[in-house]
Amino acid sequence: MKFTVGWLKEHLDTQATLNQIVEKLTMVGLEVEKVTDRAKGLETFVVGYVVEAKQHPNADRLRVCQVDTGTEKVELVCGAPNAKTGMRGVFAPGGSYIPGTNITLKPTEIRGVMSNGMLLSEREMGISDEHDGIIELNENAKIGDRVVDVMGLNDPIIEIAITPNRGDCLGVRGIARDLAAAGLGALKPLANGPVPGTFKSPVQVHLNFDEATKSACPHFVGRYIRGVQNGESPQWLKDKLLAIGLRPISALVDITNLLTMDLGRPLHVFDVAHLDGDVQARMAKPGEKLLALNGKEYTLGADMCVIADNSKVEALGGVMGGEASGCTETTTDVYVECAYFDPIRTATTGRKLQVISDARFRFERGVDPAFLETGMEIATRLIMDLCGGEPSEIVNAGTEANWKRDIALRPERIKTLGGIDIPLEEIERILIVLGFGVGGDNGLFKVAIPSWRSDIVGEACLVEEVVRIYGFDKIPVVPVRADSGLPQNALLADQKRHSQARRVLAKRGMVEAVTYSFLSNADADLFGGAPDSVKLVNPISSDLDVMRPSLLPNLLNAANRNAARGMNSVAMFEVGPQFKGDLPEDQLIIAAGIRTNQIGSKHWNQGPRTVDIFDAKADALAVLDDLGAPAARLQAIAEAPAWYHPGRSGALCLGPKNKLAYFGEIHPGLLKRMGIKGQVIGFEIFVDALPKPKAKPSARKPHLNLPQLHAVDRDFAFVVNDDVAASAIINAAIGTDKKLITNVSLFDVFSGGNLGKGKKSIAISVTMQPIEQTLTDAEIDAVAAKIIANVAKSTGGSLRG
Amino acid sequence: MDNLDTLKSELMDAVNAAPDLATLEQIRVTALGKKGKITAKMKDLGTMDPEARRTAGQALNVLKDEVATALDARKVAMEDDALNAQLTEQRVDISLPVRPEEEGRIHPISQTIDEMVAILGEMGMTVAEGPNIEDDWHNFTALNIPPDHPARQEHDTFYLPGDVENRKVLRTHTSPVQIRTMMNNKPPFRIIVPGRTYRCDYDATHSPMFHQIEGLWIDEKTHMGHLKGCIIEFCRALFGVEDLPVRFRPSYFPFTEPSAEVDIGCIRENGQIRIGRGDDWMEILGCGMVNPNVLENCGIDSTKYQGFAFGMGVERMAMLKYGIPDLRTFYESDLRWLRHYGFSVLDVPSMVGGLNR
Repeated sequence: MKFTVGWLKEHLDTQATLNQIVEKLTMVGLEVEKVTDRAKGLETFVVGYVVEAKQHPNADRLRVCQVDTGTEKVELVCGAPNAKTGMRGVFAPGGSYIPGTNITLKPTEIRGVMSNGMLLSEREMGISDEHDGIIELNENAKIGDRVVDVMGLNDPIIEIAITPNRGDCLGVRGIARDLAAAGLGALKPLANGPVPGTFKSPVQVHLNFDEATKSACPHFVGRYIRGVQNGESPQWLKDKLLAIGLRPISALVDITNLLTMDLGRPLHVFDVAHLDGDVQARMAKPGEKLLALNGKEYTLGADMCVIADNSKVEALGGVMGGEASGCTETTTDVYVECAYFDPIRTATTGRKLQVISDARFRFERGVDPAFLETGMEIATRLIMDLCGGEPSEIVNAGTEANWKRDIALRPERIKTLGGIDIPLEEIERILIVLGFGVGGDNGLFKVAIPSWRSDIVGEACLVEEVVRIYGFDKIPVVPVRADSGLPQNALLADQKRHSQARRVLAKRGMVEAVTYSFLSNADADLFGGAPDSVKLVNPISSDLDVMRPSLLPNLLNAANRNAARGMNSVAMFEVGPQFKGDLPEDQLIIAAGIRTNQIGSKHWNQGPRTVDIFDAKADALAVLDDLGAPAARLQAIAEAPAWYHPGRSGALCLGPKNKLAYFGEIHPGLLKRMGIKGQVIGFEIFVDALPKPKAKPSARKPHLNLPQLHAVDRDFAFVVNDDVAASAIINAAIGTDKKLITNVSLFDVFSGGNLGKGKKSIAISVTMQPIEQTLTDAEIDAVAAKIIANVAKSTGGSLRG
Repeated sequence: MDNLDTLKSELMDAVNAAPDLATLEQIRVTALGKKGKITAKMKDLGTMDPEARRTAGQALNVLKDEVATALDARKVAMEDDALNAQLTEQRVDISLPVRPEEEGRIHPISQTIDEMVAILGEMGMTVAEGPNIEDDWHNFTALNIPPDHPARQEHDTFYLPGDVENRKVLRTHTSPVQIRTMMNNKPPFRIIVPGRTYRCDYDATHSPMFHQIEGLWIDEKTHMGHLKGCIIEFCRALFGVEDLPVRFRPSYFPFTEPSAEVDIGCIRENGQIRIGRGDDWMEILGCGMVNPNVLENCGIDSTKYQGFAFGMGVERMAMLKYGIPDLRTFYESDLRWLRHYGFSVLDVPSMVGGLNR
């Protein structure tokens, strides 16, 4: 919403400076986005009178002008076709800066004649793109006066953002009312006396709706005005519209635009010569067409409200008029429409047809339903002033929407909700200046809501009105604190796991990425696919059209993008949601990561190595361990989804059903399809599948029992079949004597040589920790024999010879 | 006794002059060995009368100790010299680079959320979370945005399949978690909700996915003064500027009444923005007193309970705090960017330890 300070002051009697106005607007909730001081840089230009303009002796297209600048007579050379003797133009003296051409004027010789200044076009002044000729000022302009004053440019333009609830501030008067309430001046009375009609309108209005649709246009005021002359608007009106970026068209059209911007009251003027009979408001018939004033043809739907005559649609109610019955310079009789259109229907129509107009913008935010007749009177007077003519009596169809309502306000709510003590008389004053009626007794205000404030629906709204005008900045600040001394933990135990998983993985050298929750359907299909319920109806692009079933594809694509920049080895993870459906329980938080190609880089002492499945397993184990997964019960099984290498992947489980993580090499065939080169490992950890941490009775750690005796290590190498899991050997060894054997570490895996086909050798080191007395050799040998027997029994392995 | 002095000086000279350990051993044998000179003199003591034996014996013992000490000292010195000579040979080029250790990085979005939680947690708020795919009622209707409300259009919502009545949406804000929390618990409420949010919009300043953090504080007495207190302290702590100007402007949101937008002071120079006391303002968040309709929609008695809510964009705050120029780069996963703008694992924000290293 744009307006000039001068325009504001037509409604607001104020001595406030521009800065005060701007500051106050923002602080009452009318946020100032921009202030344009059009006079800036133009102050040196004065009204110059062309005493004589004659042909340049050496150039066909140039003229030599003698210009009276009010203080001196100067000679200049001018190329404009409209430079002529007796005109008044915008004179820029030597040394002044010309904004439109970005040059500073210097006396110059042009084809043998000295030029000591310049007469400017609008483009050269920087106020428009107009450059057909130099500006011709009004003949009453006083020679030597500042052009910014003569052209009305010394009136700064303010642009404010209007929140969707403040339809009443989509007219300058509404803004002035807010400022008056905020103490910046007084709202001037509106000149709105009725203009008596001299005849009965030959065009009547009919509201042709059924019960279900009558809210579309409940009230329609019309008036016939005959004998008008529709020429150009006077300069003051053109200047006003130009200042806020509207193009003047003709007096009749400009008047409707003025009422829209000044009073938030859109109107439409039909040329009666193009109307067939009476005017009616009705729902459009499906498929009906309208060529609108913006030159576009629209096909209408049955849910759209139109203004029609006997033969066709003439306007789209509350949105835009039609080309056919629009006013032209030949128009003599007009029919003025001032109606109320339903906000929601207007918004829906505008959105469906993608028409944006000043009228739609206002109707969808709610225009004043009690301002139809007054608006008509003001429009009538303006039309008669600018175009002449003779008005009919007012035609009134339908009834004013019932907007009258009272809301109770307990004045103490200003303090208990708004947080500030405001004196009762000030509360009352603010409400009254804003247009509210204030009654009631016993300390309870009965507040009557004005017709233009459809946004006020409850007591909290009234508290807001009073406090915002009084000033949010005056509300005393009260610190907030935990109810009980020290705060409790901000994160619940299972929420903490997400940030813990992040820090564990970053500690292991991985970089955290945040990728989109969506991806392409094709990528989703490679990772188990996405159900229809999570396919977006309106994706931003076909690459981002389904919710991800796994975090891996986005990470893999990210690795690919990095590879394209020359970074071939990537260690990257993400903690975020994946989706197997659209229900809350289908949305899981996963910690997933990938490593590609090499770990480490070329170095004189230790070279890089290629990533393998055990990096992925280590990453997954590290996270699970840190999150408190019971290590003793955690099993690795060779089962993983199809996007992993079938022979080099697995799952970490608590029991056969509860999978906590997948890890492994990513399937090379899948990598090929995604265009990814090299070796890639990955893991997916189901952070939320971990058992909920138990509340511990105390933070106490178990008692430390330091053995006094030396531990004994014994090494064994077993030959087993290829398909025996190493873990089976380890478990068998430990199981031999759980009290005595405190650790088993696997230190060699070997196959080939003289072992024979299908065999492998696994070497383990077993630590025995005596508690009470040192083990004798005989005792150690006995345990060793039991270990060998146990391993043989559970794995079929034999001690390697 | 003269010849003892002579012997001493002779032996000491020999010790000092010995070029190596072998010579030193030879001297030890010459002096103190079984047939050594001092040993020989010790043997002579037996031939003396008791008085002379005592005097000579004392002198001999002193000499023996002195020579032994000198021999040991000389031996240690020689061994030290030998070790030092050997160590000097073992010199390495200390300018060689160390073995690389890869440390990862925490994404600035996670870090910023951790910072915000640290501050608001200190005020007694706890984290709540909810689903990314929401139903229409939780995302809009319950928040006082009925189906026809113009604000729905402004949300640029992503829709999932289904008829208009029952279709799911990607949550356009974290506010539906307010609703879920209030429906499933009893007041008072003091929650913070960080999370992913989605809007169907993509350009230099909009991403189809971004993060918000939301706060909700409901009890029987909280008013706008408390809202101001919470937000002002939050902003000053987050940006680490003690005197940061914070301004509340009236605004409009369907779910709060009164509503405000919050600006913080900033300085714009050379196309860059610095947060702090300056002559300009930067809008950073929206807030207000929870609209009674929202409370009633959740079954909370709005005549008894009231409080505030606020919400802000996490990326925007991170951009302002850390000077990150482009929103879109947050999701591109460019390693160079992640390493530059990411945070060390050890940099865990807390109000006690500080929000920045």
